[in-house]
Amino acid sequence: MISLTVNNIPVQVPEGTTILHAAAQVGIHIPTLCHVEGLQSIGACRVCVVEVEGMQNLAAACSMPVREGMKVRTNSARARRARRTVVELLLSEHNGECQTCDRNDDCELQSLASELGIRYVHYTGERTKQRVDMSTPGIVRNMGKCIKCRRCVSVCREVQQVGALFPQNRGFETVIGPAFNTDLRDVACVQCGQCVAVCPVGALTERDQIDEVWKALDARDNHVIVQTAPAIRAALGECFGCPPGTLVTGKMVAALRRLGFDAVFDTNFAADLTIMEEGNELLSRLRRALVDKEDVALPMFTSCSPGWIKFMEYFHPDMLPNLSTCKSPQQMFGAVAKTYYAQKLGRRPREIFVVSVMPCTAKKFECQRPEMDASGVRDVDVVLTTRELGKMIRAAGIDFEALPNEEMDAPLGLSTGAADIFANTGGVMEAALRTAYEVVTGRGLPMEKLHVAAVFGLEGVKEASLTIEKTLPHWKFLEGVSLNVAVAHGLGNANRVIEAIRSGEKTYHFVEVMACPGGCIGGGGQPRFTTNEIRMARIAAIYAEDEGKRLRKSHENPQIQELYKEFLGVPLGERSHHLLHTEYTPRDRA
Amino acid sequence: MSNEPSTSPGDDPATATAAPACPCGQARSEEELLARLDEVLAEYVHVPGALIPVLQITQAMFGYLPETALRKISKALDKPYSEVAGVVGFYSFFTTVPRGKHLVRVCLGTACYVRGGKEVLAALKHALGIEVGETTGDRMFSLDVGRCFGACGLAPVIMIDDDVHQRVRPAKLARILDGYRRDEARHDNGEDA
Repeated sequence: MISLTVNNIPVQVPEGTTILHAAAQVGIHIPTLCHVEGLQSIGACRVCVVEVEGMQNLAAACSMPVREGMKVRTNSARARRARRTVVELLLSEHNGECQTCDRNDDCELQSLASELGIRYVHYTGERTKQRVDMSTPGIVRNMGKCIKCRRCVSVCREVQQVGALFPQNRGFETVIGPAFNTDLRDVACVQCGQCVAVCPVGALTERDQIDEVWKALDARDNHVIVQTAPAIRAALGECFGCPPGTLVTGKMVAALRRLGFDAVFDTNFAADLTIMEEGNELLSRLRRALVDKEDVALPMFTSCSPGWIKFMEYFHPDMLPNLSTCKSPQQMFGAVAKTYYAQKLGRRPREIFVVSVMPCTAKKFECQRPEMDASGVRDVDVVLTTRELGKMIRAAGIDFEALPNEEMDAPLGLSTGAADIFANTGGVMEAALRTAYEVVTGRGLPMEKLHVAAVFGLEGVKEASLTIEKTLPHWKFLEGVSLNVAVAHGLGNANRVIEAIRSGEKTYHFVEVMACPGGCIGGGGQPRFTTNEIRMARIAAIYAEDEGKRLRKSHENPQIQELYKEFLGVPLGERSHHLLHTEYTPRDRA
Repeated sequence: MSNEPSTSPGDDPATATAAPACPCGQARSEEELLARLDEVLAEYVHVPGALIPVLQITQAMFGYLPETALRKISKALDKPYSEVAGVVGFYSFFTTVPRGKHLVRVCLGTACYVRGGKEVLAALKHALGIEVGETTGDRMFSLDVGRCFGACGLAPVIMIDDDVHQRVRPAKLARILDGYRRDEARHDNGEDA
């Protein structure tokens, strides 16, 4: 242990701890900007500078490790002055337009200026050049607002291993962007929005589509319906000051109804449907491999996460056959809403307007993929992020906290606990196992509260093995088979799993991947700022929602059973194939 | 033509170990050059910190950094294309536009600047009919500026390819440039014969 003092307060920390963390241990907050918890600090912004006795220069607290006997002063006149100068210089270049900025009231630079008591900027000069890149469906880059902290670069390269963004040019001309400052559309960007999630200012945002939804609601000529992803209910409350992990399912439904949607439905319904298709697809692949000795692509990868899909298309196109052909729940919902549900209403597909609320920017990309028109028109019309829904509710003057709890509408609003856990890493795997195990053995998953404990938590790659015993006669070929599964979240972790599969080091049957750390609850469209603590709080809320339900296995959902009986036939049947399954496109990454 | 020994380069680390241009001076087809680049990449693929040396070699081979070569480098070294582009854009030594046969660089470091570097640059622009960063219509010369070539005692200096020309005056420029033109002409004739 290393002993030091921070502002004369003694503190003991393990070797290698940074000044920033040592200070936090004794309740001293040092402001930071470029630092992202969990990532290698780059010490680029210098906002965290502190004075260390005996050192000539100020030290960047985020990256300077502690030393025995160190005397740190975080609030000396020199440190305060330097910090203020750094932020003033940032403000002097920043093309902020605070009043009309997407991040107004939610901007870390704004908060920092306020925290440091900056009331006047002493520097004037050239401002960062404005350039707005609206080339992609999910993400907007507004480079005039960029303060070059490089958080987005770190998360895109290190966490996601995509590397779409990097500093281009030099000095004042530096632009954080794709190669040679091309548009984001022209490079291998998977649209996951983790860059948007970490941006401290308004430089990286989702494409704002709130007005498109208002327009549809105002027009009243179409039947406008909404679906909300499993992860929204565990995070939307944060937009209204609720602590992370507050479940707001009922209030969310009430708010959507007050916004004027003709029906409030649930992506969870489609998540149950996904399990029916995907679980059966897995069993069918296993049968073809083990019984028919066909050359079937295994392991099968989940396909719910559109950032992950695009990642595979760019970086592992040879493994596209391993992706489940199932559409994501969002797209299954759209396809069913504009066919089955439209028929029930006696409406044509184009008279139904489907709005999704997603924790995700990549969903905005996904819904406009050309193949996503199984109903004959675009299956999902507009995708809003959790943040956008929060803004819309506020703009409508709805007092969120005072809302009553209301229920989703029928028939696309009923779901089981298995659908809830689609929101977090490990959840799709667990949901699939709950159904697949029961299909094969006729018995429930033999685990405490139906949870696959081994795939819990935030470890990057998690594994489980499940030996199948006493199968029903139809599934005899699986008797005694150990089903090996893996779960990865964050695309860097997905790469690790893929490398292990390629090298032959690991053999899995089924792998769940969610593009964002923590799964959808940590998606690029969720309220900022998401730390691991917040991820865990949201996950706890999701599991509570699951455990609170009477029905916790997708195949038990009576509305799903009815959908198959009335309309789809059987899982993997012809209609399912047309409406619920899709194909993938190899893309050139460079 | 003065052919001073190469002096240590100035502030631009990219020039530090610049590989010499292809000695035969013959233009090769792009396919041939890309095939050679593959050989280079095979050699460097497991070398840490290979990106900058590979870019230098590539620029020496092609005379500039074509997009096809950069994309190849990105894939072979498993570096995001954004990073390759970022490094290319950071160092003024690297260029993504084709250059002339000879690169003329005018030093505008402090010593050269005060001893007339700016006038030399103006005269060169006039003599070549191009601006900084451009190439003459006959693809003979490209013009660039540098910040100190480490030859301050000889100021003002210009570098043409790897040759340092010292105490350059605007009036001397025509003769210096003609020397390179004559060399090219001789080279071409020799080839024809």
